[in-house]
Amino acid sequence: MEKTQHTHRAPVSHQPLVVEKGNLGEIGSLVEVEINGIPYKVPIGTTILEACRQNNIHIPTLCYHEDLCLAGVCRICVVEVEGMKVLPTSCTFPITNRIKVRTTSEKVRKARRHILDLLLSEHYGECYSCHRNGNCELQTLAKEYGVDFYRFGHITERRHKVDKSSYSVIRDMDKCILCKRCVRTCIDLQEVGALEATQRGDMTTISTFLDKPLADVICINCGQCINRCPTAALKANDPSDEIWAAIDDPEMHVVIQTAPSPRSGIGEEFGCEPGTSMTYKLNTALRMIGFDAVLDTNFSADLTIMEEGTELLLRLKKLLVEGDSSVKLPQFTSCSPGWIKYIEHFYPDFLDYLSSCKSPQQMFGAVIKTFYAQERNIDPNKIVTVALMPCSAKKFECNRPEMTDSGFKDVDYGLTTREMAQMIREAGLHLPELQNSAFDEPFGDTGSGLIFGATGGVMESALRTAYALVTGRPVPFENLQILPCRGFEGVREASVLLENVLPDWSFLEGVNLKFMIAHGTANAKKVMDALARGELKDIHFVEIMACPGGCIGGGGQPIPTSPEIRQKRAELIYNEAADLEINESFRNPSIKYIYEKFLTEGPCRHLSHKLLHTHYVKRGKYID
Amino acid sequence: MLVSEKNALTIEIEDLTKSFGDQRESLLPILQEIQLKHGHISDFAQQEIARLLDIHPVEVYGVVTFYSFLSTEPKGRLIVRLCQTITCDLAGKEAIANTLEKELQIKFGETTPDKKFTLEYCNCIGMCDQGPAMLINEQVFTKLTPSKVIEILKKFN
Amino acid sequence: MPILNKLVIFDENNIEDSLKKAISSEPQDVVMEIRESGLKGRGGAGFPTGTKWLLARSAHADKKFVVCNADEGEPGTFKDRILLDEYTKLVFEGMVIAGYAIGAQKGFLYLRGEYRYLFDKLTKYLEQMRKENRLGNNILGSNYSFDIEIRLGSGAYVCGEESALIESLEGHRGEARNRPPYPVNTGYLGYPTIVNNVETFAVAHIIVAKGAEWYSKYGTSKSTGTKLLSISGDCKKPGVYEVPFGTTISDILKLVEAENTKAVQVGGASGFCIPKAEFDRTVAFEDVSTGGSVIIFNETRDMLQVLENFMEFFVEESCGQCTPCRIGNVKLLEGLMKIRNNDCSLSYIHELVDLGRSMQIASKCGLGQSSPNPFISIMEHFENEIFSQR
Repeated sequence: MEKTQHTHRAPVSHQPLVVEKGNLGEIGSLVEVEINGIPYKVPIGTTILEACRQNNIHIPTLCYHEDLCLAGVCRICVVEVEGMKVLPTSCTFPITNRIKVRTTSEKVRKARRHILDLLLSEHYGECYSCHRNGNCELQTLAKEYGVDFYRFGHITERRHKVDKSSYSVIRDMDKCILCKRCVRTCIDLQEVGALEATQRGDMTTISTFLDKPLADVICINCGQCINRCPTAALKANDPSDEIWAAIDDPEMHVVIQTAPSPRSGIGEEFGCEPGTSMTYKLNTALRMIGFDAVLDTNFSADLTIMEEGTELLLRLKKLLVEGDSSVKLPQFTSCSPGWIKYIEHFYPDFLDYLSSCKSPQQMFGAVIKTFYAQERNIDPNKIVTVALMPCSAKKFECNRPEMTDSGFKDVDYGLTTREMAQMIREAGLHLPELQNSAFDEPFGDTGSGLIFGATGGVMESALRTAYALVTGRPVPFENLQILPCRGFEGVREASVLLENVLPDWSFLEGVNLKFMIAHGTANAKKVMDALARGELKDIHFVEIMACPGGCIGGGGQPIPTSPEIRQKRAELIYNEAADLEINESFRNPSIKYIYEKFLTEGPCRHLSHKLLHTHYVKRGKYID
Repeated sequence: MLVSEKNALTIEIEDLTKSFGDQRESLLPILQEIQLKHGHISDFAQQEIARLLDIHPVEVYGVVTFYSFLSTEPKGRLIVRLCQTITCDLAGKEAIANTLEKELQIKFGETTPDKKFTLEYCNCIGMCDQGPAMLINEQVFTKLTPSKVIEILKKFN
Repeated sequence: MPILNKLVIFDENNIEDSLKKAISSEPQDVVMEIRESGLKGRGGAGFPTGTKWLLARSAHADKKFVVCNADEGEPGTFKDRILLDEYTKLVFEGMVIAGYAIGAQKGFLYLRGEYRYLFDKLTKYLEQMRKENRLGNNILGSNYSFDIEIRLGSGAYVCGEESALIESLEGHRGEARNRPPYPVNTGYLGYPTIVNNVETFAVAHIIVAKGAEWYSKYGTSKSTGTKLLSISGDCKKPGVYEVPFGTTISDILKLVEAENTKAVQVGGASGFCIPKAEFDRTVAFEDVSTGGSVIIFNETRDMLQVLENFMEFFVEESCGQCTPCRIGNVKLLEGLMKIRNNDCSLSYIHELVDLGRSMQIASKCGLGQSSPNPFISIMEHFENEIFSQR
């Protein structure tokens, strides 16, 4: 399971207590804690909240989030500790000696109710007109505490304008309860720094630099803030009304591509356990909703591997055969639009290291409005392409002005897992009860692209394909070593020795191909800083995903998120992939078909460059 | 902002990071110096400070907006801060506030058109035994009466 | 500057060469002397200074810090200004002594921005100390080195809270930290740090000179020594007074020649309102605790106006991070405005008093925990008066 890290930026008080030897006894030794009169033993340094949760004692929380450093600001989790005059927050209080805790005393109940009443007094709007209705932590608490009136009044006028500037993230600060999860996500977890608390006292607001619209500041659209917002203060920019309109228009041919990660997550929206597969039931739902074709993004993931893998081999050839030292290596993956915007802002001088490949979403869009239109004999003008993605940044990506190589907007709408679930509910369907059905042709066969959803997946797919292409044999996975990258926590490294290569690739004989894998932009930063220092000279390929856990943890995935939930989604993807017969992208019949019929010159040649590759923008860090 | 102005500001901030250090701990001293010299901390200055201290601009903005003596908007050369806290309030703050507004012809929170005076309230300045009191930049004026206020303002004219 | 009652700190005869005396003894002994004196923090919270120093001294770390909290922002307090201005030696040398006692290498004086006019004078004083080898490397020929840096605040009352002050020193918004861990273990940049009030350092200087036994003759058994009081409001002789702990409110009122007094706010905006009937209560940690602010209200004063002023102060000065303080204070103030508009039931005020009690225990830091104090105490004593006037 991925480990949550706390960066140097988190203030000292926000970091978990480090138990030092000698200071508090032996590390790992147990300490007794009495909770509501019952004694328990927990390791020294366990917080009161953790101790309670481990023993099934419920404590409400709002600002606490497993992925984030501590804040202790909402105060809803206060408990009574014998001998203390004030009520400490259980989420921040490490147990270091024998203490007696009460979680249900009158003082505690009253304080929590008061805190809840105060939050509700400033929480604009009503639950029935809110998209988080039924999945709001504040609403859940109000129910838990039986709130049936506004003790301290209720705000009836807006104090903030809703910021709808971004293609990806919409901010409604009138719903904000100032838990700062988004701030900790943005500054500490992702190291992007779009959001911070500003002003003070009753004027305190979460805002952007100079209170500018989100679209005008450095935001990578990763949507990790949305996933961690307890209320409806943050949401993705929802295009479903326009999609419904397209579906309702008989003239339009509406095509949807679905990525693996939403399929692994969407069940959660219908009450299923995380890690419940919905792939083929979803196909049925989408057809019932009225989509004219349901396609599998795995096809274009395989296409990406073909192009990206070829690009890597070409770079290697340039370096090793032609001796061209200007070749930029390692090559960085380019399928995560959050990562692309991150590097464009923070490392604009390193854009040449990026693969020029579009993401699978955009490749598919371009293919649908050209090859698919041609094959099915449909006017591309009448095609609407929708991409079901786990991602909020995909919304920004499909609106990038350069993404029109088909002669049309390649992808019309990026739809998140949550929004798709809403459309399915609105259509009166209960997803888990539906029958299975297959994807539409001609792109119905799946190769190794399925595992793109999890961190390390792109690297693994690329490796399978590249190794097989170069040696004619499958990857000797028993010889493959994927190790934690030394020196960078949260970054992994892998290598494979190329031996007995095919004659065409003789220049690669004996080359030890080295890969790096990082997820979460805070880890990407570590890799980029190392690159800038010239420390990645022996690495050939780097996979970076903007979101912690990769796409299965994307900003469009069901809420809540936690390391455990992401782990279950990833397991599902790997289990499904293990059942597949084809593991290398180039063996995928659909891939063979498109290179035979359409991209006849092969990967990384003229037509694929036109349709499947792109360029990047030096954005930099300054705002006018 | 002109390029030459930006360059001068960059050099100034670079010098400040040299003398105070380029750690986050130097943020407030640097902001205070810029505020003192320029009367505000401009958008560009905030971004330059962020760059040199390796923090995000929004973090600088968060700090600037937290402290009431730092501002993102230009203010007058002379900032008049009238204490509004209890003893000064009881000692006749209201009359002083009226006098200041009438004499400077601005309301609290505003700056005179010639950018000379900015009028603000502030909380207790520790002159409670001699209230009402106010600060003009760093200078303290105590036991204020309307006529005394007029005399003081004259001195600055 | 009216210093109107001199006793221990303000008695120039008690200013001796404590620095030399401290540095020529063992650090442990200095801590012990302070412990034995019973000195408690003069900022108002009253934590035993000797214990704080001992905890910091026994913490393992390669760096330690001493911070002098000169962010004197509590409404009605100005005694630290006088100490800094006229008793500079006591404060700065007190810091050096504290540094020596806990094993720190560096000290900060966190001076509130409103006192910027003292900055040059204090900087010059530090220069002079360095010249005289009372600061800097190998102080007075010993192995001990220590330096002091003055840092300015920028207009934020909450930075007087020790952990918010440390956040501010680190270049952050002045938002109080979670506790535990406490600054004595995890303070400035994560290193053990003691934060003491200006007056505490000055008193420590005198204790080192005169001895714990001599000092603890003043005051009461639980609150030894004297306290500097900043007295303002309705009286003839406002100013700074030094009185022994245990002095009654009525004695103080006589001292400052206050007449027709209705109530006294002890401890500033975050303190308690003492009505006439309780003027026999004493200034002491075990009775009416104060960081030094005493504000006197005579019979003509409208207690609603007084309370509104306090609550406006907290609404502005709350750091805004925790729910009870950020929204709670707004609700208390709104309640007062409702009373003013004759639009408030007594039962709603009781509801707010109840809220205040939750704020006292559930807020994150001392600011939020004490901000409802004036609301609760003024409503307790003057509820009828306030309501009958509307």
